[in-house]
Amino acid sequence: MGFLVFNFGPLLYSFFLSLTKYSIVREPVFQGLDNYVQIFTRDRLFWVAIEKTGYYAVVTVVVGLTCSLLLALLLDQKLLGTSLLRTFFFMPTLTPVVASVLIWGWIFQPDLGVLNFLLRSLGLPGPGWLQSVEWAMPALLVVALWGSVGGSRMVIFIAGLQGIPHELYEAAHIDGAGLWTRFRHVTIPLLTPTIFFNLVLGIIASLSVFQLAFVGTKGGPANATYFYVLHIYYRGFADSEMGYAAALAWIFFAIIMAFTGIQFWLQKRWVHYEGAPR
Amino acid sequence: MSARVVRRAALYAVAAVLVAIFMGPFLWSLGSSLKTAREMTFYPPTLLPAAPRFQNYADVFGNPKVPMALFALNSIQVALLSVVGQVLSATVVAYGFSRFRFPYRNVLFVLLLSTLVMPREVLLIPNFLLFRYLGLFNTLTPLWLPSFFGGAFNVFLLRQFLMTLPPDLDEAAKIDGANSWTILWRILVPLCQPAIATVAIFTFLNHWNEFLEPLVYLSSTDKFTLALGLRFFQTQPNDAQEPRDQLLMAASLTMTAPVLLLFFACQRYFIRGIVMSGIKG
Repeated sequence: MGFLVFNFGPLLYSFFLSLTKYSIVREPVFQGLDNYVQIFTRDRLFWVAIEKTGYYAVVTVVVGLTCSLLLALLLDQKLLGTSLLRTFFFMPTLTPVVASVLIWGWIFQPDLGVLNFLLRSLGLPGPGWLQSVEWAMPALLVVALWGSVGGSRMVIFIAGLQGIPHELYEAAHIDGAGLWTRFRHVTIPLLTPTIFFNLVLGIIASLSVFQLAFVGTKGGPANATYFYVLHIYYRGFADSEMGYAAALAWIFFAIIMAFTGIQFWLQKRWVHYEGAPR
Repeated sequence: MSARVVRRAALYAVAAVLVAIFMGPFLWSLGSSLKTAREMTFYPPTLLPAAPRFQNYADVFGNPKVPMALFALNSIQVALLSVVGQVLSATVVAYGFSRFRFPYRNVLFVLLLSTLVMPREVLLIPNFLLFRYLGLFNTLTPLWLPSFFGGAFNVFLLRQFLMTLPPDLDEAAKIDGANSWTILWRILVPLCQPAIATVAIFTFLNHWNEFLEPLVYLSSTDKFTLALGLRFFQTQPNDAQEPRDQLLMAASLTMTAPVLLLFFACQRYFIRGIVMSGIKG
């Protein structure tokens, strides 16, 4: 089975590389854990990247999942034109990220952009968005959320909502449960497997953020949007430090595995599988 | 009863605001892509140009410094070859997992699924070095060749689908003298068409939008895909004095259009594919 060759072989090879000094033009030189020691003790940008990526991931996962669920709930209300609405919400997620960053870049344009025009007509100051240290990250978060909340996560939530038996709501209604109580005690528990699935994939996707910042800000200004994969890319492909970049990539791999492992371990406590022998 | 009416009205109001948020950027960029360079500098900005300037779209393709048509051809080549590769390999591998017993089958399948949560960034460096060693740096090959080795997600999707087809079909064909290949291509593949369409659509989409791999593997402009080439409109104006954001908008929409067309043409496969992926086997 050839796919294993393309996955596990390179995985081991990259671990070997991470133990070497390898600048592409010269042969790799084995140097033990030096790269890892250097990353943790002397690489200031590593910690910057961890911080920025962590912040980005927390916001996009928490806000993103909440918004996706709210959109799914709205589409589950059987309004007129629901399928048209779903299409509208879905279209941004189809837009290539490069294109959406460029489109939003024009909206965010500090002097002539439509967003600052709207803010100014409300009497608010228009920040420099992608050019500003404070506002570059929020701007990228807006683009990321615009391009993801109406996508596959929302569709999976809708499928999950439609899988909840109607009788349960009726039973709760007869017992005098209000709208919020029904949501809290019927919808949410029965939706936990769906939330779990979206959470696992959502965290992986948000930690891997790259082109949003690469196209939009190059990680700047002043490293305000310097994400982890940018660090791997710049060290590996701009500075040709393949061994060092491989070590960075392995740390990234370990972080993602740890998150995924923790979630699978925690899921026993909160994920509710209907009728599943657990 | 009236509380219910109020609630419905509020929901429609919310929906209208959301539509504005989600569709606004498309309308805004569409309007901007049809403006003249001078209209782009108007403040307050106008939503629509006085007269739509379709010439902008011709200019996107006619810029001597930016071979947009070549970018498009490269993107199409990579995306189509990847689709062919994924469909062929994922079908065969999924068939193997669903119909044959072999040692360590379940272990292998779990290993396959584990690659789903494996970040691609870990594989980027070793794969890059491999392709460079093979002399394929700055060619389109590294972008589509791995597709011929099956993708975990697609194998999973097709296997789930194949599992729903009764094995009696295979048995009947075997009695009629068909071998495994004939069974796969003549009987199972036609029945799997919806799942295969889903695989094809998502593969096309992923490769069309892919950015990191082309960035790493391609170095000369004539090899660039659209995702890479689009950035030239940020940095290489026709004339340094002239604002070129209208061309940037036109180019961005040009790259987005095929994806949206594909979506409108095959909407049900999209939704079905996503829902199938969400129901873990």
